[in-house]
Amino acid sequence: MFEPKIVCFLCKWCTSAGADLAGTSRLKYRPNGVNIRFMCSSRVDPEHILWAFHEGADGVLIGGCHPGDCHYEDGNYKTQARISLLNRLLDDFGIDTKRLRLEWISAAEGAKFANVMNEFTEELRSKGPLKLAAREMAK
Amino acid sequence: MKRIGVFVCHCGINIAETVDVKRVAEEAMKMEGVAYAQDYIYMCSEPGQTLVREKIVEEKLDAVIIAACSPNLHESTFRAAAEEAGLNPWQCEIANIREQCSWVHTDREKATSKAIHIVATIVQKTKLNESLEPIPVSITKKALVIGGGIAGIQAALDIADSGHKVILVEKESSIGGHMAQLSETFPTLDCSQCILTPKMVAAGKHPNIELMTYSQVDEVSGYVGNFKVRIRQKAAFVDWSKCNGCGLCMEKCPAKVSSVFDRELAKHGAIYVPFPQAVPNKPVIDKDSCIYFKSGKCRLCEKVCEIGAIDFEQEDRFIEEEVGAIITATGFDTLPVVDLAEYGAGEVPDVIDGLAFERLLSASGPTVGEVRRPSDGMVPKEIVFVQCAGSRDPERYKPYCSKICCMYTTKHALLYKHRVHDGQPYIFYIDIRTGGKGYEEFYHNAEEEEGIIYLRGKVAKIFRDGDKTVVWGTDTLTGRNIEIAADLVVLATAVVPKDSTAELVKKLRIQTGPNGFLAEAHPKLRPVESINSGFFIAGAAQGPKDIPETVSQASAAACKVISLFSRDHLEQDPAIAWVDEDLCGGCRICISVCPYDAREFDEEKGIVIVNEALCEGCGSCVAACACGATQQRNLSDSQIKSMVTASLGGV
Repeated sequence: MFEPKIVCFLCKWCTSAGADLAGTSRLKYRPNGVNIRFMCSSRVDPEHILWAFHEGADGVLIGGCHPGDCHYEDGNYKTQARISLLNRLLDDFGIDTKRLRLEWISAAEGAKFANVMNEFTEELRSKGPLKLAAREMAK
Repeated sequence: MKRIGVFVCHCGINIAETVDVKRVAEEAMKMEGVAYAQDYIYMCSEPGQTLVREKIVEEKLDAVIIAACSPNLHESTFRAAAEEAGLNPWQCEIANIREQCSWVHTDREKATSKAIHIVATIVQKTKLNESLEPIPVSITKKALVIGGGIAGIQAALDIADSGHKVILVEKESSIGGHMAQLSETFPTLDCSQCILTPKMVAAGKHPNIELMTYSQVDEVSGYVGNFKVRIRQKAAFVDWSKCNGCGLCMEKCPAKVSSVFDRELAKHGAIYVPFPQAVPNKPVIDKDSCIYFKSGKCRLCEKVCEIGAIDFEQEDRFIEEEVGAIITATGFDTLPVVDLAEYGAGEVPDVIDGLAFERLLSASGPTVGEVRRPSDGMVPKEIVFVQCAGSRDPERYKPYCSKICCMYTTKHALLYKHRVHDGQPYIFYIDIRTGGKGYEEFYHNAEEEEGIIYLRGKVAKIFRDGDKTVVWGTDTLTGRNIEIAADLVVLATAVVPKDSTAELVKKLRIQTGPNGFLAEAHPKLRPVESINSGFFIAGAAQGPKDIPETVSQASAAACKVISLFSRDHLEQDPAIAWVDEDLCGGCRICISVCPYDAREFDEEKGIVIVNEALCEGCGSCVAACACGATQQRNLSDSQIKSMVTASLGGV
């Protein structure tokens, strides 16, 4: 079976803590993602996301605090704005926008993190590997 | 090239069961930059830390990676160990292969492969980590305690006794919280008033405590040691500096309002103090019920107040304060009876909750301690107590145990028997949980000596039939269905977080757990701290707990605050933004995204600088910077890119 590769950019305060809670609650989910912990989702530069696709990711997950809950006041709104803009560009790069997922997952939502990882893995499985012209050319 | 050491922890079997730790160490050894790799059963133990320290020296390591549990748990432990061995603490990184790997996966091969990728990712970060020095920041040695129940009172008193100033903020007009509503307390049957009110008075009089009742925290900004808070003191429409508490206004007020304190079993005027032992003992006018505010006529209270303390023009007051630490002790509520459809949804008058029964038992309550039912004031001859009303019911209500109900229901039944000797109490229970000093003995005495009938089973339905309240239940020990036509039913409703908690945590930016109670930094080792430094938690706001436990937790939280205040200065994480002056074009986009005004345009240089004292290190400006001039220390774009590549197995 196709095993998609997922890069997860998680904020320290909410989503990474939620992922930790999934662990302490011993929830089980698919091992297709590797988490990279940032202080805030607003540290994610659209370039990091494009780089992840370039380097072989089939999907990218951004995890931040729920609207109104950002540890840095409004970092998650900036993230949302940046992702909305990036979504417009992804098409031009030949990347299905569904391969980029933005989720608000709080420190209390271990179950949500596990569900998102499972769902996203399944979705990417059905889409198959990302074929990226830029990547092919580089080869 | 840096020499990096990788130390892979087994965590007993917590990691080793799912992840092949030896293989992780072997693979780490092959990674560029890694000069040493080793696994060990408990890396956080003394021998484990010694191993790390020794290898730093022996192998001349420039940096170490501990592949173990979440950095939230032991990052500071290992950074301290690395520092002892001569490394800069920022040359120590944690690879989280437990919470985010071994505990959440089952396939050993896949989990091991993921753990290797996690380590590879952190290796890439570590390669480019700089040695940093913490930024010293000053500390305001004044604490804010939110919530004036027994937890907040105890915490405030302990901090104040250590010589530090405390602001104690309480939403209601008096401190005391739920404990002030209780009659007698288990298992010693001390009168709640007798043990609480002296503490309330002490808190009210303490020279180091500034009591701000009828107040709420409106806004919080800043960080540990240097918080700025804005407190809203609601208009009481009474000038408390003039009021002498004579009470004449309350006597004369013609309005009738159900008393929240008395669980709506009594009424008071629109101008009222919640209970006679209130601290401060000053009345407030409930604007929504006041006849003058509603119709423009009355002002009777004003007429009878000889000293002119009534002030209908009074407005909410806002007070700005600077504090160094914040304790949240906002307590609990109980699940409203109206939420329990099968128990009459609040429509059956003689179905009340535990707190209402406390008021019936209380000598200062609406019935002066006589047990009389709400519908007709009759002394009930048969009372059914229903435990776990909304607790331990994951399908419909709350999944957790409310912890205090087994004990207080036993106490209720016992006190009822003491008041009504020929009365018969029945208690429906799922399990009796009496973990606590003297608790089991208390329960046994009640069951064996006091004639309380315990029925093991859940109650299916409660409804009114004539003047009786009928309870249908099942005794699961005999397998028989039971019907009791009772005179009064008391529900031990689930303990829930206060409604206001959700809003408050947003202002404080602290976390709650899945059931809405405040989340602690670690359930066992850091039970009174929030993950966010400078925030501490105490009492039932963190989860259901009884008075002794609440008081211990409050003292523990106070102790943490005092320990914080014992330092001369605090250290701020230096992993913040910095600017490459040669690259910065002065476009100022960064200024527009910074939530802390930490980016400033330097007119002379024509670039935007970072004010290190204000930068919190969120990294938003780094992502916004169009030319890559702004970078985050130890999380630069080049670090992130190589981490991404490594996470995908590309290095």
